[in-house]
Order: sequence, then structure tokens, then C-alpha cells
Amino acid sequence: MYRIVKKEKLANDVVRFDVKAPLVSRRAKAGQFVIIRVSEKGERIPLTISDYNTSEGIISLVAMRVGKTTALLSTLNEGDEIIDLVGPLGKESEIGKFGTVVCVGGGVGIAPVMPIAKELKKKENYIISILGARDKDHLILVPEMEKISDELYLCSDDGSIGFHGFVSDFLKELLEEKVLEGREKSNFASSGTKNENINNINNGNINRVIAIGPAPMMYAVSKVTRPYGIKTIVSLNSIMVDGTGMCGTCRVEVGGKTRFVCVDGPEFDGHEVDFDLLLARQKAYHQEERLSMELYEEKCRCGQEKALW
Amino acid sequence: MAGNKSSDKKKIPRTKMPEQDPKERIKNFDEVALGYREEDALKESLRCLQCKKPRCIEGCPVGIDIKSFIRLISERKFDEALEKIREKNSLPAICGRVCPQEDQCEKECILGIKDEPVAIGRLERFVADRKLDRDFGSEPNFESNSNSESSGLGKEGSGKGSSIDSLSRVAVIGSGPAGLTCAGELARMGYKVTIFEALHKPGGVLVYGIPEFRLPKRIVEKEIEFVKSLGVEIKVNMVVGKIFTIDDLLNSGYRSVFIATGAGLPYFMNIPGENLNGVYSANEYLTRSNLMKAYLFPEWDTPIKKGKRVAVIGGGNVAMDSARTAKRLGAEHVYLIYRRSEKEMPARIEEVGHAKEEGIEFVLLANPVEIIGKDGWVDKIRCIKMELGEPDESGRRRPIPVKGSEFDIDVDVVVVAIGQGPNPLLTSTVPDLKLKKSGNIEADLETCKTSKKGVFAGGDIVTGAATVILAMGAGKKAARAIDEYIRTGVW
Ligand SMILES: Cc1cc2nc3c(=O)[nH]c(=O)nc-3n(C[C@H](O)[C@H](O)[C@H](O)COP(=O)(O)OP(=O)(O)OC[C@H]3O[C@@H](n4cnc5c(N)ncnc54)[C@H](O)[C@@H]3O)c2cc1C
Repeated sequence: MYRIVKKEKLANDVVRFDVKAPLVSRRAKAGQFVIIRVSEKGERIPLTISDYNTSEGIISLVAMRVGKTTALLSTLNEGDEIIDLVGPLGKESEIGKFGTVVCVGGGVGIAPVMPIAKELKKKENYIISILGARDKDHLILVPEMEKISDELYLCSDDGSIGFHGFVSDFLKELLEEKVLEGREKSNFASSGTKNENINNINNGNINRVIAIGPAPMMYAVSKVTRPYGIKTIVSLNSIMVDGTGMCGTCRVEVGGKTRFVCVDGPEFDGHEVDFDLLLARQKAYHQEERLSMELYEEKCRCGQEKALW
Repeated sequence: MAGNKSSDKKKIPRTKMPEQDPKERIKNFDEVALGYREEDALKESLRCLQCKKPRCIEGCPVGIDIKSFIRLISERKFDEALEKIREKNSLPAICGRVCPQEDQCEKECILGIKDEPVAIGRLERFVADRKLDRDFGSEPNFESNSNSESSGLGKEGSGKGSSIDSLSRVAVIGSGPAGLTCAGELARMGYKVTIFEALHKPGGVLVYGIPEFRLPKRIVEKEIEFVKSLGVEIKVNMVVGKIFTIDDLLNSGYRSVFIATGAGLPYFMNIPGENLNGVYSANEYLTRSNLMKAYLFPEWDTPIKKGKRVAVIGGGNVAMDSARTAKRLGAEHVYLIYRRSEKEMPARIEEVGHAKEEGIEFVLLANPVEIIGKDGWVDKIRCIKMELGEPDESGRRRPIPVKGSEFDIDVDVVVVAIGQGPNPLLTSTVPDLKLKKSGNIEADLETCKTSKKGVFAGGDIVTGAATVILAMGAGKKAARAIDEYIRTGVW
């Protein structure tokens, strides 16, 4: 059993749990995930590790209430226990000294972006963060990301905060601007100024983009960066069961090859991912998920289950 | 009752085992074969010739004293019969159900030459079940799998007053038949054994792979209870290689490690359309249904696609289990597509028979070449006819495609059951562990020793996908070798 030591509401339907899992916390790395089960008859769902504290033996998980399992999870409180938690699973993020990295987080995807941005920052990368959500109230972890980022931009679909539009639209504008800026600088450099180090951070060149969020968002971001040839890493959120490469339900096509997200990923080169396939496979159980949720909500209304919040 | 002369005995026909009616059983997941009643078992036991040189024992991979346990049954000494089996086999209720007896003990039975062999498996099951039935009366607590994070890493054991000192801790990775057997044997010798299991439930294939209707999970749970009662601790939710490494185990007080991680990597056919929705690996299909109880959806949360027309590809036990599961999930047509003929099918004969009785439609000498989709979902499977050529390395005749013989079958679910390989998740984290080309661990078949000092391996991770009894046999050999290694320190 894995005890919840802290629960925090990040947005209307998004919660963060700090969970006691000393062994997992010791090995966890940015980019990895765990699989949890919250009830005896429950399914196994993957959740990215959004933070880990080895000395306290704690990992943080962020979940949005989207289906029955996350709904059940969100009813758990401090002191309650998650019955099964296994991890850390998946490959860790590649953390190198790249130069300027744009970290794009959409919705709950901001949670898994955070530890990656944090590690990249430690390696002295220049971090530009673009965070987006439906509206102001769904924008999570902004203060935490602010601390890590050299530049931070907020977006909202409804314009209630920051840029009015999708993160991908904002990124497009930013790229156009930065690339233009970079070109001017290098023109300037070639016209005589000495010691202009082309690898200098924030010279307008963006060396890498990390994008995590709903699949359509990662798809859009990958499309935006492709013409610029900027390496774009996405973290895929496919359906999983065991998380150890045993079942293959999470398979995707990357660069024309079938890969398992749970063991080969979850991070892949966004320009190589077949997003249409990912999107289709994510919907495989839509009907069943809806049925589960309806039955659950009915039960809640009848007062057979604890209130949701 | 028959007399004592062997000539009389041969005339008693092999005793049938009561079974659920096929028409009924395809609507439920309850066990198909109901097991012998006492009178059936007594009758069958009397068929045994009690040979001076019993060949059946040689046919048993773990060398059960078959002759003696059958005699004990005939003397109505059922508990003693069970004890006799347990001397060699700690999972008799399971082996009685799933062993391919026709290729092992029963194949060697003298009666089988002219007539049908003694139903050794059914007798084994009978004595094991008889005990289990009594135990189910006083239900113990099954849910006592240790699931807390205190892995025991770095903690000293307390060796329950045994003669082997308390530092003699052994780690077993994987709780399938190989791991359970090795752990049980070592615990009996007095070692303090911890099993680390990746899933949330112990049992390996017995729990996630083989369906309820063939191997009821309460029986597996019982057998696991028995192993635990010997002092074995089982830690679930522990993916070794991820949460810690084998070196971590060796450095934190475990004297030896036994790797029994099975063959958990699903093979696909690499044909177009295999990633369409509705295409499953058998591992996924069976795990959803068995481990996650998707057949009880929505009472249980994990869903599974209930196809109306299901194609299962393969001819082994895994394929039979998948096909019969599909039928029970409500499929009107289940096609079992196999590239050779029925004779070459590696599945247990009994299960092939059961599948036929249940209306599984065999599409033999055919191989899928493409899965055709509509709106992202499976719509058809295209196959090509095959004919049998010369025998290959396995001795079975090699299937060869017949040019231009393609045909389509309308389906909405496809289950790929063409085999499993070794999962590299753990082995890739142990650089000094020698692997075969196939990715299986290179280990001595007698001692289970690997290239890494203190580390042993056995079961499907060494042999490739095989059988429960062979995995158990490996677990047993490993236990003996581990004991010797720890006592002598000689590698
Ligand atoms: C559907 C199906 C039907 C079958 N039917 C029959 C039959 O009728 N008769 C028969 O004799 N055989 C049958 N077999 C084969 C038989 O089940 C296997 O040969 C046998 O289970 C192998 O035992 P094992 O202990 O080596 O591995 P497994 O039973 O595969 O157990 C391995 C265990 O290790 C765990 N594990 C893996 N990696 C790790 C890790 N890194 N850390 C921790 N734990 C890990 C796995 O989760 C699993 O629980 C069948 C197999 C399948 C899949």
C-alpha cells in the first residue's frame, strides 16, 4: 500500500498527490512514470512522476479527473492508500546541455514537463516555457515553472489569461520571431563583431523543443517545429496495462517501426511519431470508458460512493 | 471391480472425467473439466499395472513417484498419495490440469501401447483437489501479499530458528511456476526467500495467461498460499531492473538470486494492419480477461473488445485459450488460423478437443498476410493458403504459401498468438549476464547457473516458452544448486 501524505487541488479537476514510495523515489528520473490501481476491481493506469524527493521517499503524481479511475483517485485523501503502485517505468528523459530548450506543457501535461525542465535547467540550458490550458483556472504549476524558466509564456484557449490561443500557435509566433532575431544576429556577427559564440545561449537559436500534453497538442507542436528542423521530443500517453512490455497495448509507430511506449518510450521524436495512429488507439475504449463513468456517477448520485471532492 | 491380473486391467476403459456441457460452458468462465469423483479415481487407479520398471516416472520432468501415488489412491490413502506427489511437485492441482500429459508420463504408460494410458494427470488433480476442497472450508486470507514498499533491501532477515544462518537470504525474481517452486524448495531447506513480482498479483502465466475455465484462480491462490506457508515472502509491484538491480540485491544481503521472469514479450507477425484497433497480442487479450477480469466488465473496470467475429492466429495453448475466451465473451464466430495442419498443433490434445466442442472454427494451412481496417478498426483478415513441405528443424513439416491463394475473412477482433520471447527489461540491466542470440539467458540446464556469480536462472526465460512442469523442474534444480553454492561458496 502506498500512503498519500499530501493532497493538493491544482485546478478544478486536477489534483496533486504526494505519495510515500521510498524505493520508487530513489530510482525515479525525469520522464518516467508509474502505474497505479486504486481499487480491488480497478484498472491499471499510467501516471507520470511529476516530482520526486528521495530523502523523504516521496513521489508526486498529478491526475486530471477524466474517467472512473481518476475520479476514484481524486476521492482519496491524505492518509488514504493507493493499493498498487509500480515503477519507475519507461526510459528517462535525455538530459543534456542543448542550449535553448522550449518546454511546452498543455493542461495536465505541464506536470510531467516540470521535472524535465528542472533537470535541463540544472544542466544550464536556457529554458523557455510555454504553458497552456483551456482557461485561467486550468493552468497549473505556474509558480513552480516560473522558478525554473528563463522565459515563461502562458496561453489559454479562451483568452482568460496570456496569449489567446493554443500553445502551438504561440510557439509558431515565437519561432518566427526568434529565428528572425537569430538571423539578424548572425548577420551582425559575420559583418565583423568578434567573439560572437554561435553556441551562446539565447542567441535566437532554439536547440530543442519538449512538448507534453494531449496528443493533438503534441501533434500540432511537432508540425510547427518540423519546417525549422528543431528536434522535438514528445511524451506519449497511450493506453497501458502492465507497463513492462508484456502486452503491447501501448504500441505506436515511430519512424515506420512499431514501438512500445511503456518500455521504448514514453518519449519519442515528435517528427517521427504517427500521431493519427496514436489518436485512433487512444480512442479504442471510448465507449467502455464512458459507460464506466456513467455507472460510477450514477452510483455517486445514489450516495453509494463517497462524494467526488 | 477388476481383478489383479494385468490382462483384466487392460480391459477397463480409461475413466472419463465429468465436464460442463459445451453448450452451457461457452456462456460462462467456470472450469470446464470438473474432476474425478472418488469412485472415478478409484476405478482409474486400479487400471495401473504397477509396473516393476515404471516408465511413466521417466516421462515426468520432475520424476514424481507416479506408481506409488496411484497405488495409494487405490488403497484410499488419499492424503498419503498427495504427500507422495508433493515430495517432487509442490503444485499438483495446477500440473494435474495443465501438463501436456500425452507428451510426458502418459506417453510412456505401457497401457497406452494397445489401449489408452492411465489418466495420471486426472488422478494427480483428484488428490490435490480433495485436499483443496477441504481447505476451502476454512478460508484463509488470500490478500496477504506483501505490497508495502519495505523491500527488505538492506534489512536483516530473522531466519525462524532454522539451522541455516539468518544471513542466508535468497531473492527470486518472478512468481510463475519456476519462481514459486524454487522459493518453496529453498524455504523448506530453511532459507529466507523473498520473491519479487512485477505485477500486482503473484502467479505468472498461471494468473495472467491461463484462463479461469481451465485453471481456476482460487486454486492458484491456494497453491501460492501453500508456498507462503513455508515462509516465503512475496513482494508484488516490483519490477526488478527498474526499482533496483540484481547487483543491488546482491549488495544488500541476498546471497543468491534466481531469475524466473518467463517469456513475457509478445511476438507480432509484422504484417500490414497489425496496429489497428481490435488487434491484440494474446498476452494483452488474456491479461485483460484473466488478470484484470475484463470478462466481468463493467463490474471490474478493465475493458476488452467483445468481437462478434474473432480471428485467433496460432496453434498452441495460448491460441486455444484466446479462442475459447473470445467465444465466452460472446463471439458468434471464432476462427483459429494455423499455418500447419491439426497434427502439428503444439496445444494440449485435450484443449484442442475442447475448442472443437465449443465450436471454434479451425482454418488450417492458412497464414495471415494482412489485416485490413475500416475507420481505424479491424474489418477483415487476409490469409494465404499453405501446403506442407519438408520437415524443418523442429521435425514438423514446413508450411509453404500457395501462390495466388489469398482469401479474406470478415472479423472485428484479431488475437495474435504466435509465441512469446524473453522480455529484455531485466536482462538489459545486467551487463555481465550472458544471453543467447534469442535473448534468453544462457544457463546450465542442470544447475541453472548463469555467467554471473551467485545468479541462477530457469523456466521460460532460459528455455523460451515451454511448460509449467519444465519451469517447475528448473526451479527445483536451481534450489538444489543455490543451496550447494551458499553452503560451499564454490561457484
Ligand atoms: C496462455 C498460456 C497458456 C499456457 N498453457 C499451458 C499449459 O496448458 N500447460 C503447460 O504446461 N504450459 C502452458 N503454458 C506455458 C507455461 O505457462 C509457461 O511455460 C510457464 O508459466 C513458465 O513459467 P515461468 O516461471 O518460467 O514464467 P512465468 O509463468 O511467465 O512467470 C514469470 C513471472 O515473472 C514476472 N516478471 C517478469 N519480469 C520481471 C521483473 N523484471 N521483475 C519482477 N518480476 C518479473 C512476470 O510478471 C511473471 O509473473 C501456457 C502459457 C500461456 C501464456
